Amino acid sequence: MITALWIMIALAALLGMILGYASIRFRVEGNPLAEKIDAVLPQTQCGQCGYPGCKPYADAIAKGEADINLCPPGGEEGIHKLAELLGVEFKPFGEDAQPKPKAVAFIDEQICIGCTLCIQACPVDAIAGAAKQMHTIITSECTGCELCVPPCPVDCISMLPIEEKLTNWKWRYPVFELRQTS
Amino acid sequence: MLSSPFITRTLSVDRIMLRVLYALLPGIALYVWYFGPAILVSIALAVTAALATEALMLKLRDRPLRPFLSDYSALLTGVLIALSIPPLAPWWLPVVGTAFAIAVAKHLYGGLGSNPFNPAMIGYAVLIISFPHEMTHWLSPQDMGHSALSLGQQLHYIFTSTLPAGMQLDALTMSTPLDTLKTQLHLGMTVSDIRDLPIYGRLAGKGSEMVAAGFALGGIYLLIARIIPWQLPLAFLGTLFALSGVFNLIDPAHYAPPLFHWFSGAAMIGAFFILTDPITSPTTAKGRILFGMGAGLLTFLIRAYGGFPDGVAFATILMNMCVPLIDAWTQPKVFGKKGSKR
Amino acid sequence: MIKLRSFHGGVHPPTHKKESTQSPIMAAPLPAQLIIPFRQHAGEAAKPVVQVGERVLKGQLIGEPVGPISSSVHAPTSGTITAIELQQIAHPSALPDLCATLVSDGLEEWGVRQTLSYRQLSSDELQKHLRRCGIVGLGGAVFPSDMKLRHPTVVNTLVINGAECEPYITCDDMLMRERAEGIVRGIEILRHALGTDAVLIGIEDNKPQAITAMQRAVDESSHPFKVVAVPTLYPGGSAKHLIKVLTGVEVPSGKLPTDVGVQCYNVATAYAAHRAVEHGEPLVSRIVTVTGNVEQPRNYEALIGTPFSELVELSVAKADTNRYIMGGPMMGVELPAVNVPLVKASNCVIAASDVLFPPPPPAMPCIRCTRCAQACPVELQPQELYWFAKSHNFGKAQEYDLFDCIECGACAYVCPSSIPLVQYYRYAKSEIRARDHEKRAADLARERHEFRQFRIEREKQEKAERLAQKERAAAEAKAKAAATATVIATPVDPSADTDDTQQMRIDAALARAKEQAATTPPKNTETLSPAQRAEIEAIEERRAHIHELAADAGADDEPPKHSQGN
Ligand code: SF4
Ligand code: SF4
Ligand code: SF4
Ligand code: SF4
Repeated sequence: MITALWIMIALAALLGMILGYASIRFRVEGNPLAEKIDAVLPQTQCGQCGYPGCKPYADAIAKGEADINLCPPGGEEGIHKLAELLGVEFKPFGEDAQPKPKAVAFIDEQICIGCTLCIQACPVDAIAGAAKQMHTIITSECTGCELCVPPCPVDCISMLPIEEKLTNWKWRYPVFELRQTS
Repeated sequence: MLSSPFITRTLSVDRIMLRVLYALLPGIALYVWYFGPAILVSIALAVTAALATEALMLKLRDRPLRPFLSDYSALLTGVLIALSIPPLAPWWLPVVGTAFAIAVAKHLYGGLGSNPFNPAMIGYAVLIISFPHEMTHWLSPQDMGHSALSLGQQLHYIFTSTLPAGMQLDALTMSTPLDTLKTQLHLGMTVSDIRDLPIYGRLAGKGSEMVAAGFALGGIYLLIARIIPWQLPLAFLGTLFALSGVFNLIDPAHYAPPLFHWFSGAAMIGAFFILTDPITSPTTAKGRILFGMGAGLLTFLIRAYGGFPDGVAFATILMNMCVPLIDAWTQPKVFGKKGSKR
Repeated sequence: MIKLRSFHGGVHPPTHKKESTQSPIMAAPLPAQLIIPFRQHAGEAAKPVVQVGERVLKGQLIGEPVGPISSSVHAPTSGTITAIELQQIAHPSALPDLCATLVSDGLEEWGVRQTLSYRQLSSDELQKHLRRCGIVGLGGAVFPSDMKLRHPTVVNTLVINGAECEPYITCDDMLMRERAEGIVRGIEILRHALGTDAVLIGIEDNKPQAITAMQRAVDESSHPFKVVAVPTLYPGGSAKHLIKVLTGVEVPSGKLPTDVGVQCYNVATAYAAHRAVEHGEPLVSRIVTVTGNVEQPRNYEALIGTPFSELVELSVAKADTNRYIMGGPMMGVELPAVNVPLVKASNCVIAASDVLFPPPPPAMPCIRCTRCAQACPVELQPQELYWFAKSHNFGKAQEYDLFDCIECGACAYVCPSSIPLVQYYRYAKSEIRARDHEKRAADLARERHEFRQFRIEREKQEKAERLAQKERAAAEAKAKAAATATVIATPVDPSADTDDTQQMRIDAALARAKEQAATTPPKNTETLSPAQRAEIEAIEERRAHIHELAADAGADDEPPKHSQGN
C-alpha cells in the first residue's frame, strides 16, 4: 500500500518534471496566439470591433480583454472559428453588431474632387489617385470596410453589395429530404 | 435544382438486405431440420422485438418510419441474434438482446450507418455476459435419441419456462460442441477422444456442422452476387484455418483441426454474415484483409485460450473498434497518384 | 493491334443511343433570333467588339478573347445585333450572363473566310488561327484548343477521343459516321501542329458504324493513324481515362496530359479545326443530339445561339416532358429554361419526364457498402468524401483528394442509399474555392494594411527629418546676412522674396511637394498590377477628356471639378 503510494508520487513528480522541462524547452517565442487569432480574422480592418484594425483586436482577444463576438465582417463562422481556436463557447453577435452582406466601395468619377481624404482613410490603400486628381477604388483590394465613406466631403462614395455572379456562384448544400417523407 | 447524375441503378439498401436474408435461408432450413422448429419461434420473437424497438427509436429520434423500417436492416439484426442464441431460450432472451442491440448499439450511436459496432454481436455479447446460464442450454439434434419436444411443448417452455412433467432440461439440451471441447480438454481428454463423443459428427458438432454448411452456401451466393466483398470471409476463414492447422499439426491432442474450427460455432455465419456488415467493417480492400485476419486471429485465440467457448462475437467487436484506424491507414492511392508517395 | 489497358471502376448505365442514330444529321432551320453568350469557353469571357444596331456577317468576330485562356465568339449568321445584355444561359445557377442578341436577316451572308494551307504554318500561327476562329474543346470541357497546342514538353502521342461514353449522346457518333473524312483532316492538322508521330483514335465498341467509317477515312487518307475500339465503360470518354486505356500512361494528378507526352482532342474539335483551317469557318455551329422524351430523337447541325426550344420543337417533345437536361444524364445540367441558347459545350439536350428519369428516392444514410468506391474511376473513397463534405470538414476532404474527383457521377449512380454524392462534392469544392479566395483576399488586405502602416511611419519620419533640415537651413540663413536670403529661396516663385523665414519655409515645402508630384507617382499605386495601372490611366484619360470638354465649353482654365459637360 505504502509502496504503491510512493511509486505514484514518484511517477507524478517525474511526469511533472518532464512537462516542466518541455514547456521551457519548447516555448515558442512571441505571441503565437495573437497571430493565430489574426489569421482567422477577416482583415477587413474596419474597426467595427472597437479596435483600430484586426491585429489590435487579435491582441486584445489574446490578452483576454475582448470578447469573440465583436467582428461583424467575420460573420458567425468567424466566431465559430475563434471559439474553436480558443476553446470557448460560441457567442452570438450583439444587437448592434450584425454582419452585413459583403460590399465594395465605388467612387462616382464625375463627382470626386480629388481631395485625398478617402485615400487617407483607407486602411489597405485600395484607393488610387493623387491630389486634385480623380480617385478610383481598386475593387479587388477593397475590403468593404466603409471607412472611406464618411470623410468624403462630396459624398461620392457608395458601397455596392457584391452580387452573386456566374464567376462567384457556389453549389448549394444538398437538401437532405429525410424528414419530408414521414 | 437537382445535380447530375439523373439516373441511378436500382439496387437499393432494402434489396441488398433482402438478399442477405435470402442467403440465410438454407442455414435456417437445416437448423429446423436438425434441431426442430423452436428456432423459428426465436426468430419471430427477435424480429418482432427488432422492428418494435426500431420504430420506437425512430419515433424518439424524430425520423421517418417507413424508409427505415422497410430497409430490413433491423430485421436482419433480429434474425442474426436469434440464430446466435439457444433456440430453447426463454422468450425474453431474444427480446432483450435484440432490443438492446437496436436501441443502444444502433440508435444511440446515430442509427443506420453510424454505429461503430455490429448491433447483433453487441446484443449477443450482452446476453452471454448477463445470462450465461440461459445461454448455454442448446437443443440437442433431434436424431440423437433424446426424447424430443413437440412444437407445442417447446412453445410452452419458451414462454413459461416449465417442461412437461418428467422431463429434465439437461436431457434435452447440451452445451455447444466448442464448449464441450473446451471443458473436456480441461478434464484431460484428447481431441480425438472428445470427438468420439456422440454429439460430434464428421467435421464438428452433429447437426450444427450442417447448419454451418448451410450458412456457407448462402455466403457463397452472396459472394457470387457481389453483395459482400470477398476479402473479409477469405481473410477470416483463411487465418482461422492456417492458425488452427499449425497448432493442430504441432499438438493434435490438444488442438482441434481446422475444419472443426470452420464448421463449429459462429465461424461460418460470422465469416459471411456478421463480419461483412458493411457499416462496421473497413471500406478498403487492404483494410478488409487486415480486418478479416485480425478477426480470425482473435477468434482462434479466444477459442483456444479464452474464457468463452466461441470467439467470433468478441473478435468482431474488438475488430470493429479498429475500423477507423484501419481505414485511415489503408487509404488507396487515387488515379494519377500511384507513383508518388503520400 | 495495340494492347489496351483498363482503369479501376466504371459503370454500365443503359446507353439509349439507338434512338437518336436512326436518322442522319439534319441541318436545323435558321432561327429568327439567336442569343450568343460571350462566355462559352473555359477561362475569361470574351469582350464584345460590336455595337448594338450593327449589322454583322456570318462568321464575323463579335467577341474577342481576353487574356491567355480565352477564345473568340462569332456571329453564327448574318443579321443585326439588337442587344448586348445579361440573359439567362444554360447554367445550373440560372444566373444570367452577358449575351449578344442577333436578329438574323435570313441571308446567311458570310464574311471573309481566310483559308490556310497548314503544312506551311508553324504551330504558333495555327494556334493564332484557332484562337481567332474560336475553336474550343467540343467534348464538353470547352477548353481553348489553341492552349492545348502550347506545350513545353515533347508530345509523342495524339489521342483522339471518339469514345462518347455518356448515355443518350450520339453527336460524335453521327459526326464520325457522316464526316469521317473531315475529322481525319482535322486530326492531321492538329498532329502537324503538335509535332507528334503516333495518333490513336479511341472509339467505344458500341459504335461499330463509326469505327468502320473512321477506319475507311483513315485508310483513304493514308495517314498512319490507328483506329482503336475500346471497351464500352462509363466514364471511358474522360480524357485521362481514355489515355490510360490507349497508352497505359496515367496522367499524374494535377498535371496535364502533355506532361507525360500525350495530348487529347475530341473528334468534333478535330472536325472544327478542319473547318477553321481549310475552309476558314470559325466555330459557329455544332452537332447536337436531341433525344429523350421526344417523338423524333435525332442529331441536328445547329447554329450556336439557337434557343433549345426551337430544336425541341423540331423533335416534338412529348406531353409529359417537365424539364430539359443539357449534356448526358450522368454529368449534364438541368436547363433553367428551355429557351436558353445552344453554346459550344452543348452536345446534347434530353427532354426528361418523371417516367424517363424518376426522381430519386429520399437519400438514406450511407451504409459504407463501398459500391461507390468500386465504381469510382479515380479510385477515390466517395463514402469518406461524402462524410467530410456533409460535415463541412473541408480540410479532410481535400486530404482525401476531393479535387481529383471528375464529377462523373458513377458513385451516385450505384449508391444504394441514393445519396446525391456528386452534389456534395460540388458543394464542397465551391466552398473550398470560395474560402481560398477569401483567405487570399484577407492575406492581401493584411499585407497592404501592414505596408500602409509602415509607409505612414516612414513618411512621418521623413517629414520630421525634412523639417529638421529646413530648420537648420533656416537657422543658417538667419545667421547669414538678410540680403542673401533670396539665394536660398527656390526659383519656382521668384516673386516671393521676403525676409519672413516662415513664408520662406512654406514656399520651399510647396516647391518640393510640386516637384514630387511631378516626378513620382502617388505612393499607393506602387504595388499595383499593370492591368490595374492601365485601368487607372484609362480613367484619368477620361477625366482629362472631360476637362478638355469643359475647357472648350469656355470655362476658365481651371475648370471646376464638378463640371459635367455631358
Ligand atoms: S471588426 Fe473589422 S477591424 Fe475588427 S477584427 Fe473584424 S474586420 Fe478587423
Ligand atoms: S476603398 Fe473604402 S471601403 Fe474599400 S477598403 Fe478602402 S476605405 Fe474600405
Ligand atoms: S455507395 Fe452510397 S451507401 Fe454505399 S458506401 Fe458509397 S455512399 Fe455509402
Ligand atoms: S463523381 Fe467523383 S467520387 Fe464519384 S465516381 Fe466520379 S470521380 Fe469518383
